[in-house]
Amino acid sequence: MASIVSYGTYVPIYRISVEEISSVWKKSGQDISRALGLTQKSVPGVDEDAVTLAIEASRAAIVHGDIDEKSIGVVFTGSESHPYAVNPTSTIVGELLGLGTSYLAADLQFACKAATAGMQAVAGLVDSGQITTGLVVGSDTAQSKPHDALEYASASASAAFILGKKGVADLLSYVSFSSDTPDFWRRDGMRYPSHAGRFTGEPAYFTHVLGAATALLSKARITPKDVTHCVFHMPNGKFPREVAKRLGFSSSQLTPSLIVDSIGNPYAASTLTGLAAVLDIAHPGDTIFAVSYGSGAGSDGFYFRVTERIKELQEKRKKDRVRLVDRQKNIRMISYVDYLQQTHKL
Amino acid sequence: MNIYIAGAATTKFGELWNVSPRALAREAISGALKDARCQKNKIEALFVGNMLSGMLGGQEHLGAFFSEELKLGVPAFKIEGACASGGLAIHAAVVSVLSGIYETVAVLGVEKMTDHKPEDVALALMGAGSEEERLSGATFPGLYALLARAHMKKYGTTLEQLASVAVKNHHHASLNPHAQFHNELTVEKVTSSSQIADPLTLLDCSPISDGAAALIITSNEKLATNNPVTIAASVVATDTLSLSHRESLTELKATRIAGTRAFKAAGVEARDIDIAEVHDCFTIAEILALEDLGLFPKGKAASAVEKGAVTLGSATRTVVNTSGGLKGCGHPVGATGVKQLVELTEQLRGKAGARQVKGARVGLAHNVGGSGATAVVHIVKKV
Repeated sequence: MASIVSYGTYVPIYRISVEEISSVWKKSGQDISRALGLTQKSVPGVDEDAVTLAIEASRAAIVHGDIDEKSIGVVFTGSESHPYAVNPTSTIVGELLGLGTSYLAADLQFACKAATAGMQAVAGLVDSGQITTGLVVGSDTAQSKPHDALEYASASASAAFILGKKGVADLLSYVSFSSDTPDFWRRDGMRYPSHAGRFTGEPAYFTHVLGAATALLSKARITPKDVTHCVFHMPNGKFPREVAKRLGFSSSQLTPSLIVDSIGNPYAASTLTGLAAVLDIAHPGDTIFAVSYGSGAGSDGFYFRVTERIKELQEKRKKDRVRLVDRQKNIRMISYVDYLQQTHKL
Repeated sequence: MNIYIAGAATTKFGELWNVSPRALAREAISGALKDARCQKNKIEALFVGNMLSGMLGGQEHLGAFFSEELKLGVPAFKIEGACASGGLAIHAAVVSVLSGIYETVAVLGVEKMTDHKPEDVALALMGAGSEEERLSGATFPGLYALLARAHMKKYGTTLEQLASVAVKNHHHASLNPHAQFHNELTVEKVTSSSQIADPLTLLDCSPISDGAAALIITSNEKLATNNPVTIAASVVATDTLSLSHRESLTELKATRIAGTRAFKAAGVEARDIDIAEVHDCFTIAEILALEDLGLFPKGKAASAVEKGAVTLGSATRTVVNTSGGLKGCGHPVGATGVKQLVELTEQLRGKAGARQVKGARVGLAHNVGGSGATAVVHIVKKV
């Protein structure tokens, strides 16, 4: 069975607070923080994008996992902010990681679940013996229109996972749930996405996350009690808490994954960053239940068991201070004007 | 000639994302026909109340649209008057039957609003205001906020008193299976909810909703076999479109005119009204309605509502908005005016279940368009 052999993450150091954004639009930051369940979001530096973020996370995964680059047989980058509509992010990443030329590369798009879809594809390539190890990265520098509700949460981060055999977390079971549900979209050529307001809730996020989660519980023959940690896609602080509750998970099972409170929603990196946060503190034998969500819409569900090998990787990440529990160390708060400049709106 | 409501029905009101306008119309009309124990072929004309089908759905020409969808093939009309579209459609239907040209007609109030982005809906709804109001950036909560401020300044009406309208209407709605909301509120929850347009908060405002309601109206007594109710008055009045052109910001003159004429036509007075469905698009709107209809003296309605004077179970006289009103039942714009008469019909028949006002014999429906540019008042009586 496929296994997570290594993982790496990258979150830009800059943060802007909900309070700062809301003061620009003369709204109550307190009201909005309460409604969205988050206080700040990460912002890329002016010279950062989904490609640079993807390389940072992948490099960390390779270094900390002591991976032989030449063994990587596939690179899939999932993002909603690929800099090119035509020209692959994945080969820029592959080139800069020194992978050589003997690898399969493709860019993926499925809103916030582009990378988790890639993870299932890579698991299949590993299981079939076609490749030894494969790299999948979720990376986004998410764009949102000023004054839109999305502006408070759309954030930046990347999470890279290298799959192979005998890793730090074995992939015991996985499922996917898909439909044509237009809750959130961006037409080709448009700078900012559109969304359907309240329709993004029940018929979109909840239907698909619950759909995949129930299918996974059934396929893996488990109940929430068998799970140590759970991770759900985090468009805000409320939805993952609500869906966890509905499925019967406790808040202690969910809490370690909730990077959304101080990072916001880094779109294609959301669920995977939450998964990394859990792996950073998990113990051998722990089980992890993770379900992503991508608008348009679909959910990918994964059930992992953590192995003894996790400790070494945790130590290396701890030493370099890149574990997600340390994500708020050395951050820099910025103003709305800085935010406009850094996200190229000015 | 008597005008009977022979049949009445509504759909559930709410965020009905998987129900189309066609399905809503079919459900409401077939429900009303069943209630009237009437065959479809008896319907000679169809009056459709709707405001936003064009701006939000790209579809005008709703008379022909629904005449086809409902397989009626009859003379059909879309009647529009902003949030009074439903009431106006009923009025047009009544006038058509009084003229003798038609004997039995159907009224359909229908609206689909929840499939669109909130900002698109807010913009479309401002089609009910004036151009200067649109250009100044006002939205409907903003316009009614101005009315609230004026009323608070002149009469000392408080935010807590406004909030008690929402509390009452949610309580009534909790007894109405078709209502959008079934949760109870408290004054504190209302006043501490998010600011929408100072001083109105989220819970002072009626929601965006989908839904449909239908009536079968006839002058033929023989077709009105299921506990019919008569329409004793159907009156329309208009005032200026813009708030800034009104004579007063503490009354809706159109309501006062329509109400006075309706009482005269029906041969009743305010104190004879057992039950009323009034237009609470915002909590202040219910206060204004109660005063402008003459149910309470000017400046006195707010404290009366706060004390439970129009609440089911504690009312001193008229019980107001047992359906939940616009706030609790929901406000699919074109459907509201029609739903009001469905509620009154059920009440006068004694079929309102947990919401029943005992011994109700005379009911009043009050439907407003825009910030008070159109008011429609119907008075119905138990046969």
